[in-house]
Amino acid sequence: MMQPFKYQRVTDQAGALEVGARPNTRFLAGGTLLVDLMKLGVETPSDLVDVNGLPLAAIEKVAGGLKVGALSRNSDLANHPLVKENFPVLSEALLSGASPQLRNMATLGGNLMQRTRCCYFRDLAYDACNKRKPGSGCAAQGGWTRYHAVLGTSDQCIAAHPSDMAVALVALDATVHVAGPKGARAIPIVDFHVVPGAHPEVETALAPGEMITHVLLPDSPFAKRSRYVKARDRASYAFALASAAVALHVDGGTIKAARVALGGVGTKPWRSKEAEQKLEGQRPTRELYRAAAEAALAGATTKKDNAFKVELGKRTLARALELAGGAA
Amino acid sequence: MSDPVVGKGIDRLDARLKVMGKATYAAEFATANVAHAVIVGAPGAKGKITALDTAAAEKAPGVLSVLTHKNAPKLPGAAKSLEGVDRKHQILQDDEIRYSDQPVALVVADTIEHARYAASLVKVTFDVGALALDLETERPRAYAPKSVNGKPPDTSKGDADKAFAGAKTKIEQTYTTPDEHHNPMEMHATIAVWQGEDKVTVYDATQGIAGVQKKISTVFGLGMENVRVISHYVGGGFGCKGSPWSHISLAVMAAKVTQRPVKIMLTRGQMFGFVGHRPATSQKVALAADATGKLLAIRHETLSYTSPSDEFIEACGLASRMLYACDNIKTTHRLVKLDIATPTFMRAPGEASGTYALESALDELAVALDLDPLELRLKNYAEKDPEDGKPWSSKELRACYKQGAEKFGWSKRSKKPRSTKDGHWLVGMGMATATYPAHQRDASAVARIRPDGTALVQAGSQDLGTGTYTIMTQIAADALGIPIAKVIFELGDSKMPPSPLSGGSQTASSTGSAVKMACLAARAQLVELAIADAASPLKGLAATDIDADGGALVSKKDATKRDPIGEIVKRTKKEELSVTIDTKPKAERKDHSCHSFGAQFVEVRVDEATGEVRVSRVVAAFAAGTILNAKTARSQYLGGIVWGIGLALTEATVRDPRSGRVANRSLEDYHVPVNADVPALDVIMVDEKDPFVNEIGAKGIGEIGNTGIGAAIANAVYNATGKRVRDLPITLDKLQ
Repeated sequence: MMQPFKYQRVTDQAGALEVGARPNTRFLAGGTLLVDLMKLGVETPSDLVDVNGLPLAAIEKVAGGLKVGALSRNSDLANHPLVKENFPVLSEALLSGASPQLRNMATLGGNLMQRTRCCYFRDLAYDACNKRKPGSGCAAQGGWTRYHAVLGTSDQCIAAHPSDMAVALVALDATVHVAGPKGARAIPIVDFHVVPGAHPEVETALAPGEMITHVLLPDSPFAKRSRYVKARDRASYAFALASAAVALHVDGGTIKAARVALGGVGTKPWRSKEAEQKLEGQRPTRELYRAAAEAALAGATTKKDNAFKVELGKRTLARALELAGGAA
Repeated sequence: MSDPVVGKGIDRLDARLKVMGKATYAAEFATANVAHAVIVGAPGAKGKITALDTAAAEKAPGVLSVLTHKNAPKLPGAAKSLEGVDRKHQILQDDEIRYSDQPVALVVADTIEHARYAASLVKVTFDVGALALDLETERPRAYAPKSVNGKPPDTSKGDADKAFAGAKTKIEQTYTTPDEHHNPMEMHATIAVWQGEDKVTVYDATQGIAGVQKKISTVFGLGMENVRVISHYVGGGFGCKGSPWSHISLAVMAAKVTQRPVKIMLTRGQMFGFVGHRPATSQKVALAADATGKLLAIRHETLSYTSPSDEFIEACGLASRMLYACDNIKTTHRLVKLDIATPTFMRAPGEASGTYALESALDELAVALDLDPLELRLKNYAEKDPEDGKPWSSKELRACYKQGAEKFGWSKRSKKPRSTKDGHWLVGMGMATATYPAHQRDASAVARIRPDGTALVQAGSQDLGTGTYTIMTQIAADALGIPIAKVIFELGDSKMPPSPLSGGSQTASSTGSAVKMACLAARAQLVELAIADAASPLKGLAATDIDADGGALVSKKDATKRDPIGEIVKRTKKEELSVTIDTKPKAERKDHSCHSFGAQFVEVRVDEATGEVRVSRVVAAFAAGTILNAKTARSQYLGGIVWGIGLALTEATVRDPRSGRVANRSLEDYHVPVNADVPALDVIMVDEKDPFVNEIGAKGIGEIGNTGIGAAIANAVYNATGKRVRDLPITLDKLQ
């Protein structure tokens, strides 16, 4: 199962990019997912570039927001006072994910690069997986789909995106900063992950050889009033069946701005502009939250095992909105 | 006299070894020149193998052998020996794939890495036949098994059908439970080492060394004396290590073929393949009562499944035969055959799943009667066994109800569902009765008293992590009247006096009785030696005037007359005084019905929006005769309750509908309760004396904690939400 691979440590960004440009190369940070997938034979890189030596773990206040290094550990980020105070949804999302041991290892960059937990993707006994083997088909379509997506699916892939953190980043309008062979660029978080469409093997907007350097959390009038709610099959150490990250700017009894993102239900961290439009300019009420939730899930397509996620997604979102915005 | 150590909550004697990593588990026995074998399993069910490509694997580095049905040795007893916990082995004898994950090849290599890699290169293709994977679809083909754990599959007392038909207050509902997998922390592991052509030693992670010995002896046509099985520590069994499974024979076979010791350890994924599981059930329960709540009829019809090649039955109806006083009781058990590997015993097999149905139905009847569920149970308290009319060997269930209810605050429960709220949490309370039979089997033990005053006590038993080493040492120390530091208890070697399978909560009862009787017999011999020996201060005393205390025999009348037991042995000029005793189930058991009982009280909180259920409080009271060690006993009860939380809320094995392959084959996807799912659990050990059940008065406690709890949680969910979930586990989607 285990293929031979080369492992090397790098200590500066130029070195990382040089090695990272080789074909079939993966950057190794916390390793909490990549190593698992290598053991399963799902990931078979020829080169592993250990980037833990790069100076990318800082969390620092900068003009316009908070700059979070790609190597900051999930635990450090979740417990950072500036995150707790100014971006509570991110702290809540991180702490709802995985286990303390995993959060101590997992990094911001690695979390953004998380791959789906679809059991058909992870089990080589199934030949058909368009993510693993483009063009081979999708075993999940006729299989067990409790954990699969209902938004952003295609007939080629229905795998759900597993991250909690990324959902919070969507609600915070974060920007992902990357460096690559062609220089540095910034990618809005909503564009960072992509829906499967006809190419489920493409999961992010990263070009070959590009690496995440940091994420910028912009100051905003809604970031402080942000919450994360996650519904799951056990109290801890379980992926979201449905989750919601919301951020609201309420002023004078009116929602001036809203950000709504859903987890567990989408093939990518799912921003719902439909829900945001329902909310903005309105007075916060339970009825409004429910209407926003209806709008958010209106486009859902389901299978037998995951049909419940539509109503669950709505209720989870309505709960998050109520926590963030209160209700008259 | 020193205080007895039996009952004291002393720390596990092997705890230090375990935390230091010095307790040797099956896969850890240092074995020179050991080769590693990896099983290649069928990717799905079922059909004839059309191609099995091993060429690449054979050429891979370090590979010693690739065994398949084409080249594996034909074994004389491969298909033989099917009874009790024995299971048919799939050991490469034919080209038939019967279930997903069935071994179709075995790759043996010099290192585990080489074996694993080569195994990934084996390609199997087969004609996929139509699969039977669903209980309800197969129901028309259901049949009655010949027996259910040695008892009749169907029983009928009075006329339950007629009583039910004529009753005014009644309920009839179907309750379903899913497949569940045991998932002990330690995966199954075997090392096989041949000595010459006809002798083999096997290190195995097993609940029953005798069963493994017998299985290998049968499959390979070896004399029992030529098969030695060793198992010193087991990292959890819960039933899946009760039966010898295919990998054991494969290890022995591979060691023979390669002429090297061979080690096999299953992967976590393979644990969901061919080492047993609790099978899904569909149980229809009908209850009828008169206006006061007196039960008029109990009817419990169970449908479960087995594999086409083997028979196992989840015995859900057994508890319904004996738990409540009722003149009209009918139970049936039916099986269908599904294209799934053979199911097996899993912690409280039948009782965990069966009491979920029965005790949920009781709760529904209480609602129909507008009666408190505890009162309904008290109204139908069985003063003797309703099945055979025998008196109980002991039964402190009333005290369990009382003490549990008081500590829990049952009287504060609101009868009306959905009437207690805390923020967005709906709060509910539920209760149920727990019960498990108190088994005892033939067992034996040897006590060896040595000149240094120590006692080496041995029994061919097993310690699954339950505390067997510790309680046996306590029993031996008290029986011999010596401090526990002077007792060395050993188990887990088929050369030792045979003991039964560690399953069915019977080790304490069976092996404990043998240890006690062997030690008492050794003590009696010491007394005979002393009173006949002029060199002893006890010379000439009557045997009845002598006690044993602090490592010496002592005159009851004059405590200054003492003879240390080591001195007595020394004077015999022999290496040791050795006494082996075989014990049979205690004679008085025949005239009594022997069961443990308990009461489970549960509070749950249900998120009114998402339907997520969290258990917030459990108070459980159990009466199980003598408690041998308060600490290990409490751990057993706690473990059972945690299993109940899994049964009720989180655990279900899911199969891909096209291949029968387990889809959630990891601990990420198969949800056992984690710490956050388990609140502080309050266990009350109710005092109970049982002079009839066995020589030590202990009933066995490994499984009862996992009975009743499923229903208590489901009943609490009903009380919280007004919704009755009759299909486990109670996941949030069922409460939307």
